[in-house]
Amino acid sequence: MQAFLQQVIFGIQLGSLYALIALGYTLVYGVLRLINFAHGDVFMVGAVVCYYACTRWLPFRNLEAYPDAALANVGLALGVLLLAMAVCAVLGMAIERFAYRPLRNGLQTVDAHFWGMVAALPVAIGAPLPGLPVRAVVWLALGVVFGFLLRPVVSRLARRTVRSSSRLNALITAIGVSFVLEYGGLLVFGADPNFVPTVVPERTFEIPGGIRVGTPQMAILCISLLLMAMLRWIVLHTRRGKAMRAIAFDIEAAKLMGINTDSVIAFTFALGGALAGAGGALVAALTHVKITPLFGLLPGIKAFVAAVLGGPGSIPGAVLGGLLMGLAEAFVAGSQFSAYRDAIAFCILIILLLARPTGLLGQPVTEKV
Amino acid sequence: MNSKRLTRVSGVALAIVACTLVGCKSVKSGATAKPSEIVVGEYASLTGTTATFGTSTHRGVQMAIDDANAAGGVNGVPLRLVTEDDASKPDVARTVVTRLITQDKVIAVLGEVASTRSMAAAPVCEQYKVPMITPSSTNPEVTRKGEYIFRVCFTDDFQAAVVAHFAADQGYKRAAIFKDIKNDYSVAFAANFAAELKKLGGQIVAEQVFQEGDTDFKAQLTSLKAANPDAVLVPGYYSEVGTIARQAREVGLTVPLLGGDGWDSPRLIPGAGGPGGALEGCFFSNHYFSTELKEKATQDFIAAFRKRYSTSPDALAALGYDAARLLVDAMKRCPKLDAKSLRDAIASTKDFPGVTGKITLDMNRNARKAALILQVKGDRFTVFRSYTPEQIGQ
Amino acid sequence: MIGWAVSRLVGVTVLLTALAFLSNALTESLETYYFLIIIQCGIAATLAVSLNLINGITGQFSIGHAGFYAVGAYVGAAWTMLWRPRLESTLPILSIGSPTGDILNLLIALALGSLAAALTGVVVGTPSLRLRGDYLAILTLGFGEVIRVVLLNIDAVGGARGLTGIPTLVSTGNLAFFWVALVLIAVTVLTRNLMRTTRGLTWLAVREDEMAADAMGVNTTRVKVTAFVIGSGFAGAAGVLYAHFFTGISPDIFGMDVSIMITTMVVLAGTGSVTGAIIAGIVLTALPEAFRFLKDYRMLIFSTTLIIIMLTRPQGILGHSELGFGSFFRLYRRLSGLRRTSSA
Repeated sequence: MQAFLQQVIFGIQLGSLYALIALGYTLVYGVLRLINFAHGDVFMVGAVVCYYACTRWLPFRNLEAYPDAALANVGLALGVLLLAMAVCAVLGMAIERFAYRPLRNGLQTVDAHFWGMVAALPVAIGAPLPGLPVRAVVWLALGVVFGFLLRPVVSRLARRTVRSSSRLNALITAIGVSFVLEYGGLLVFGADPNFVPTVVPERTFEIPGGIRVGTPQMAILCISLLLMAMLRWIVLHTRRGKAMRAIAFDIEAAKLMGINTDSVIAFTFALGGALAGAGGALVAALTHVKITPLFGLLPGIKAFVAAVLGGPGSIPGAVLGGLLMGLAEAFVAGSQFSAYRDAIAFCILIILLLARPTGLLGQPVTEKV
Repeated sequence: MNSKRLTRVSGVALAIVACTLVGCKSVKSGATAKPSEIVVGEYASLTGTTATFGTSTHRGVQMAIDDANAAGGVNGVPLRLVTEDDASKPDVARTVVTRLITQDKVIAVLGEVASTRSMAAAPVCEQYKVPMITPSSTNPEVTRKGEYIFRVCFTDDFQAAVVAHFAADQGYKRAAIFKDIKNDYSVAFAANFAAELKKLGGQIVAEQVFQEGDTDFKAQLTSLKAANPDAVLVPGYYSEVGTIARQAREVGLTVPLLGGDGWDSPRLIPGAGGPGGALEGCFFSNHYFSTELKEKATQDFIAAFRKRYSTSPDALAALGYDAARLLVDAMKRCPKLDAKSLRDAIASTKDFPGVTGKITLDMNRNARKAALILQVKGDRFTVFRSYTPEQIGQ
Repeated sequence: MIGWAVSRLVGVTVLLTALAFLSNALTESLETYYFLIIIQCGIAATLAVSLNLINGITGQFSIGHAGFYAVGAYVGAAWTMLWRPRLESTLPILSIGSPTGDILNLLIALALGSLAAALTGVVVGTPSLRLRGDYLAILTLGFGEVIRVVLLNIDAVGGARGLTGIPTLVSTGNLAFFWVALVLIAVTVLTRNLMRTTRGLTWLAVREDEMAADAMGVNTTRVKVTAFVIGSGFAGAAGVLYAHFFTGISPDIFGMDVSIMITTMVVLAGTGSVTGAIIAGIVLTALPEAFRFLKDYRMLIFSTTLIIIMLTRPQGILGHSELGFGSFFRLYRRLSGLRRTSSA
């Protein structure tokens, strides 16, 4: 019984993380019917931001040397969380703007400036320049120049492009974005694993019955629940949220009703990105796993499975799916079949999808001819 | 397009490809290596999951080659090192080693750390009869790939036996195992350890697995804790061990953890929460190299390495250095520089004074060397004791 | 009828002989490094054609193809390394080393590997092809992972270490290129011919409009499963060749990244174009090798290019069209026409 309860606690903690990431998938899937394959890598960026903030950017103090700095550190840690969320929200919006929107609305001449910046990046990194500020200035200047050079090319391409609404295309674009984040991360961050040091005091309590609960677990659980509650409020009680639901229901009709679909979709990506960023920062700072550029791959896939499990497009479904995944994994990992941990996750999904093809809480859709 | 036309198309396409490639070849073969230098190949994981291993080894190898050149090369002929990155992937290792041998015409190949990669590349070296020396691949299978494959480190079965003897000597009769199912090194280590410990009267009370890339180990660790072991063997790589140790302490598993040379990295302690963290007092076996050893050769190497890279060398760097120096030494000893005589020269290496101990290659092309048991103390690995092959009856 | 059969037979014999000669010439004259890349290209092209049958021609959404590739490789290797030695004493013809024995064994391995992959295709496809679009995609991805985890846990095939030291049956008499080219041609011709049968037309019908096909009395699930099973079998054959040429296989060679790469080839080529799939398979294997000197930037440039192509040419490089002599002529005519108009 004690072991059972203990595994339940681990499962809920793991599940709440999966749920945080799964929410991002489900939000995007809801409005665009797109599997945002790069979402797991946004999660990775959140962890990387957390690493840099904890080791370089923010003045954290060593807890062993200064035990009384604990409170200040906790405050800073909340700052790290917000920073990671902000960075990832911006990243999510950027991905939407430059990879998915051209796919949806067609390439525009303005996009030339983005590709100009991309083209300038290797030049700026490769050139022998003194110091980071100079490099940044050179990059910006070159990017603008390249952007103007690319304008005619892009506008010509844009005219020739035949738009396609194929899901496979969208998926491959998403995979491309995911690769860009991973290999870009490899260049910036290096392949070596990095670890976030202990920045907030960690205690483990033994509650009656021999069950152990640690402060990191509780923090992960509380912050995730809080974020989920906030998300629920945004989706149900704000104008933006209402617009999101309208787009999810019928994007064409929403457009006709005067909803600026592009800006609402961008907002959706920002929300999803912020949740993933929070998840990344929480994992990096509180479970101390190694952070590498490929760090987001496995949690991303599992969270995606969780989203499908709950019924893509359904917010309570994503939370339920995440918790189920976490619990299933904890029980399998704690048993003698731990070698099959990853396989079990997929087996549950397969069985469930065959029994209920739209996921646990997904709305059955009747196709109209 | 019907199938006949398809046949025609493919025929013509094949012919075009063939002509182009034959054309390529005739251009390429003109640009072979000049006889005025000796080209040595190295393949290493400079990027990917075990990038630190590759980088460390490469530093040692590069230093040895540069030292040899500073001392006049091999009988006056300078050496040139060509290094290829295998991105920590076995199939890439195979491709780049083929490239080293056929494109760069290397006379010998140095590498790799991970046994899976060495085993992928060894058949290529064997096929072209190019000697390969692996600095630190410990899987016994590696040198069984053929007559041209050598190693300058001990093997996994020896290392696992050392850890088992150590566990028995410390009185850890009830051991648990937590291995990485994705990693062959880890699986084999665990199996050898279990066999040896049982021979010594101990028992394995629980066994659990994880996978590289997992973020949460608490569920498995809790079930290990339920078996109440005296010690837990975690034969993984440093990148996972620190996190495992932290989560073990979190679930209340406080017994010492044991490990092998995969732990040896400057990032091990940061991963476990810094000095005095979750790994404090834990033990792992390693190659006969430590900055604490007082032998003169060792200390000279450490000083030179620090001067060059402004960081302390780890065992992998030392083994890379030894592998390259042993190769140079064999080149000096061979009458004419062809593959066969170089192979024989390497095979006849006896009492070579390496910085990781004296190296004598046995008839199975393995080095018989002692192993150290290191203990994590503060921010350092201190030498706890050492085991020679004789001491554990091998 | 007899004349037709004779001309076919002669045609095939000429093709086989030419391939064998070419194979020998290539092995003798090429640097091994280039040869290795050609073999990799051939295997990748076979994989791309096999997935194209499922994703391009039938319009399904499978992204777990590496699983079937792995099953083929493992079963083929298991025949050569584990099962064959047991039968050798009773059936001496199965011993390897002689050209006949090698060819016979490779054919058996190819048959077993494709069959096993096709059977796995039945097991995976029958339940999952009831679903559509994204759900199917994630199910196939999941099955691919399950296959990998199961392989990781079977001790008989070496677990994480995999199988090493598989005899290189394909290299006997310098026939590696021959076998790879033969399998590629066979898979391509089979696909093309199948597409012109009634079954093939139902594949296209399902791709164009599944509901309409259903209404016209096409058993859509069955049609999709057939395509899926045949595609899986082809991938299995590619796996057998990989195992016997590269002599070492382990579960991590058949990971999710390989599945994703194959899917990318199919989409990049233009879903539905068989020749496009071949070209994409070759280009996506050879180009990263050619750009090895770019080191860390290599994959970054690759992925950026992928996005740009998807944005500017979403139908893929070739779209639904095929590349044959005709298209060269058309291109030539168009170019010469262009020149004429510009000079005028």
